[in-house]
Amino acid sequence: MTETIIEASALGFRYGSRWIFRHHSFSIERGRVIAVLGPNGRGKTTLIKTIVGLLSPTEGKAIVRGTIGYVPQSAGSAFSYSVLDMVVMGRARHVRMFSTPSSTDFNKAKRALEELNIGHLAQRPFDTLSGGERQLTLIARALASDCEILVLDEPASALDFKNQDTILRTLQRVRDERKITVILTTHYPQHALFLADDSLLMFSASHFSFGPCQTSLTEEQLSALYGMPFAAIPVPDGKTQMIAPLFGL
Amino acid sequence: MTDTKAVRFNALWLCLVGTLVLTLIVSLSVGRYSVPVEHVLGILLSKVLPMEAVWTSTEQRVVELIRLPRILLAAVCGAGLAVAGAALQGIFRNPLVGPQILGVTSGAAFGGALAILLSESATMLIGLAFLFGLSAMGIVYILSMTRGRSQTLVLVLSGIVVSALFTALVSLVKFVADPDDKLPAIVFWLMGSFAAASNAKLYFVAPVIVGGSILVYALRFRINVLSLGDEEARSLGIHVEVIRWTVFCAVALVSSAVVAAAGIVGWVGLVIPHIARFFTGPDHSRLIPAAALIGAIYLVIVDDVARTVAPAEIPIGILTALIGAPVFALLLRRAYTAWTRD
Repeated sequence: MTETIIEASALGFRYGSRWIFRHHSFSIERGRVIAVLGPNGRGKTTLIKTIVGLLSPTEGKAIVRGTIGYVPQSAGSAFSYSVLDMVVMGRARHVRMFSTPSSTDFNKAKRALEELNIGHLAQRPFDTLSGGERQLTLIARALASDCEILVLDEPASALDFKNQDTILRTLQRVRDERKITVILTTHYPQHALFLADDSLLMFSASHFSFGPCQTSLTEEQLSALYGMPFAAIPVPDGKTQMIAPLFGL
Repeated sequence: MTDTKAVRFNALWLCLVGTLVLTLIVSLSVGRYSVPVEHVLGILLSKVLPMEAVWTSTEQRVVELIRLPRILLAAVCGAGLAVAGAALQGIFRNPLVGPQILGVTSGAAFGGALAILLSESATMLIGLAFLFGLSAMGIVYILSMTRGRSQTLVLVLSGIVVSALFTALVSLVKFVADPDDKLPAIVFWLMGSFAAASNAKLYFVAPVIVGGSILVYALRFRINVLSLGDEEARSLGIHVEVIRWTVFCAVALVSSAVVAAAGIVGWVGLVIPHIARFFTGPDHSRLIPAAALIGAIYLVIVDDVARTVAPAEIPIGILTALIGAPVFALLLRRAYTAWTRD
């Protein structure tokens, strides 16, 4: 059973005269996890913002057949809202213009917090949270909207290893439980291997590859993508292997 | 919300409403012609209860015809300015903005000054203040629409441009005004005063201010979402432009109405939301009503000072600036750490 939930056809975006990406065509099936990889400035964020609808493509189009919950790279609020107030804002699309969140909305927000094991943070001011807790709050906010597609912009980039692990495990669990489609950008091939089914590698503005992680996240591909050597390293458990950048070589 | 929090906020509402009622009653009694508080209460209650008049007819006239409209007008204006300021600070995600940022105040000031120059009519003053206040908003809207979407910075700059334009026009009006009677009238009017308050003015201006404030309050959750920033709000499914301009229109109505009623009363919309936020936190469902109550209390008290401390009335704009600027500086020092905690 495969059903296309996102279909990008000849998608292109440019700032001024510079094309960030062009001729991107791919389709994403419902329930898959997609990792978007590419060097800094290659347009990962621009691509997902185009999919989310925050940016309009210069040419082509992205057809999205589901509601999107977007988790931005960072959310700096000028005001210190409580975590619960922050998460209930995820319900905004379900709250009518001159209305406020109902008890149903608050319950959904609380359930999303419980789902991510951060129910105890509900009354904490958002701006006093650690990086990992903030990220989990923002994921909870996206989930509270009952989205069918979860789009995350570098969900683990600024976190330490333990927190990266927490975010990745949480995303995997949420995906299994909610059967949602997940798109995330990342700098770490390891994150993609752990979580994603497919990966989208952005080599240049007009050259990209889209395919299953097992076949596309190879040493050669990643070396070409980042312009530096990568090596596959077997992990002692025998089942998995790591693809690591070889710094300084 | 936890129970202790609910109890705390109920206590806050009780406190604020109580203080407002007390302020209104005491304000009716104080002034150059002092009326005992029990007479004030009698005059007010005699409207609904049959009572024997123990007060003089002069006292009744002072309370009913002079003080009541003036005090209610000051309360409504204070509430409106504070609500407008709270909403704008949320939408601009910036604690340093006040109702004046949209250029509406300057537009309305020009309208009022022009009306004084051209005629003696109070209706004309109110009419032109509204006309030019809303025109200023319209010009800001047109200037800030770049490629169909208004960015915050462009918006602020448009507000500054429009403000500068109308300030220049106000100067022009002063320049051509007769220095013997028109010029002082314009200058005094611009400094702000509730001395010319009347029931007619109250009936005309108060519904506009109350209506605008209710519109802002109705959008309180949307303002919360907008205060996360345009892009986040958009990603959460909010029509950013629609909400923003609806709030701006409400703010424009409120600011124009205040200028029409009392000239330029600065700093209230800037300072009061800060004080309110100190009690309620940033959630606009609580911040907006708290700002309204505190704004009303504040402006009534300042107006009491304006009409009692000196033999001649002190323009209220001077007092709100004299109090507002240092209070704001203090709040800024205190709040700076909270604002930048990241």
